[in-house]
Amino acid sequence: MDIDILDLIDDEDDDNQEEMTAQKVLQIVERAWLNEKFSPEILPHQTDYVDCLLEQIKGMEDNLAKLSKTDPKVDLHKLEMERIKFVITSYLRTRLKKIEYFCVSVLEEESNRLEADAYLSPAELKFAKEFAQNADNHFDTILRHMPQLYNKLDMNKKVIKPNLNSFVFLKCYKHIDSVIIQNTLESQEEEIVLEDGSQHLMPYSSVAEFVKKGAVQLI
Amino acid sequence: MYCDKVIELLKELERSREDTIPPYNNDGINQVLSEMKTLDTEILDILHKNPRDNLPMDAVRLRRAAIERNKRCLMTYIWTRLQRLKEMRWEIGAILPSDVRQNLSQSEIEWFNNYCKSLVSYMKTIGPDTGLNLTQDTKPPKSLYTEVRSLVDAGKLELESGEVLILRKNSQYMLSRSQAEPLIRQGILEQVRH
Repeated sequence: MDIDILDLIDDEDDDNQEEMTAQKVLQIVERAWLNEKFSPEILPHQTDYVDCLLEQIKGMEDNLAKLSKTDPKVDLHKLEMERIKFVITSYLRTRLKKIEYFCVSVLEEESNRLEADAYLSPAELKFAKEFAQNADNHFDTILRHMPQLYNKLDMNKKVIKPNLNSFVFLKCYKHIDSVIIQNTLESQEEEIVLEDGSQHLMPYSSVAEFVKKGAVQLI
Repeated sequence: MYCDKVIELLKELERSREDTIPPYNNDGINQVLSEMKTLDTEILDILHKNPRDNLPMDAVRLRRAAIERNKRCLMTYIWTRLQRLKEMRWEIGAILPSDVRQNLSQSEIEWFNNYCKSLVSYMKTIGPDTGLNLTQDTKPPKSLYTEVRSLVDAGKLELESGEVLILRKNSQYMLSRSQAEPLIRQGILEQVRH
């Protein structure tokens, strides 16, 4: 069942003259969601698109409220909206879980990035900092009772880092000339070509930059 | 043996179910802490009593390793508890049942309150106006409505359409998923499986 709910929005937005259709935004968010779900590390945030989609949903809710309740189309549209909402919440939840789990390493990497290419949205960054502070405060209630030499937590010991070498399934959207795969066992490097539309299984670290550019999709 | 007590603490956690939190074992923690202190004084003693060029380094190393291990395990203990507490925030919500609350230490309650605060203020920033509740819509929707059975006499429930429904024990209703979900989580309703 594929309902073209987005027709509804597109009519609405004609006067806005947006260059991007709602369909396109939804596609971007869905791709971001899948990438986030399967990638071991946190990816650059897509807050603009998420906000845009949420605004569309709000507009649609208002539109639907105007329609008569007996119209069978209303329920179908509502269901489609619920689906979009699920994608958004699941996407943001996945990010939040990663932020919590890899809190220290995420914050550390984030502090090395410029504001323009930050991976976390400002709200996420605030959450991450509060989370780290909060955990530290709690740890400290125990740590301060320990003997003097030992009452600090070693930064390196509390860091949980994502395993960037874990394997991921991916699909290519563009032709990529060279992807380098590190063979850790024999400490060799292998270079391969990814064809447009092909699917592969390989370590995440080899394709990380292409995932962030949107050239490949994790599946 | 060194570190026995802390292992006992961790085992206690492991034996309990994943979705529960056993009582905060203050005594156990204090015993581990005092063991660490004893070990520390022992190390100092050894360093003082022996001549500088002939220190029994193995004895020092052993005790130091024991302290580090104690510390690491204690941190694991409280970290694991935090993880479970965090799960509860997502499952149950900001208000903990009193039987869970009893099992927490003062600092854990503080942590939980702070966590709720950051989470809520984060969720408020999402989207155009009032924010988005991320604890809803946790499962992909299959249908708009879901059949539920009321487990208690919960009284009046105002539907999204404005109608008022009276929830009686053991009666079944068709509710919209978004409305039923929080009530199911609170244990007022039960999903009817087919």
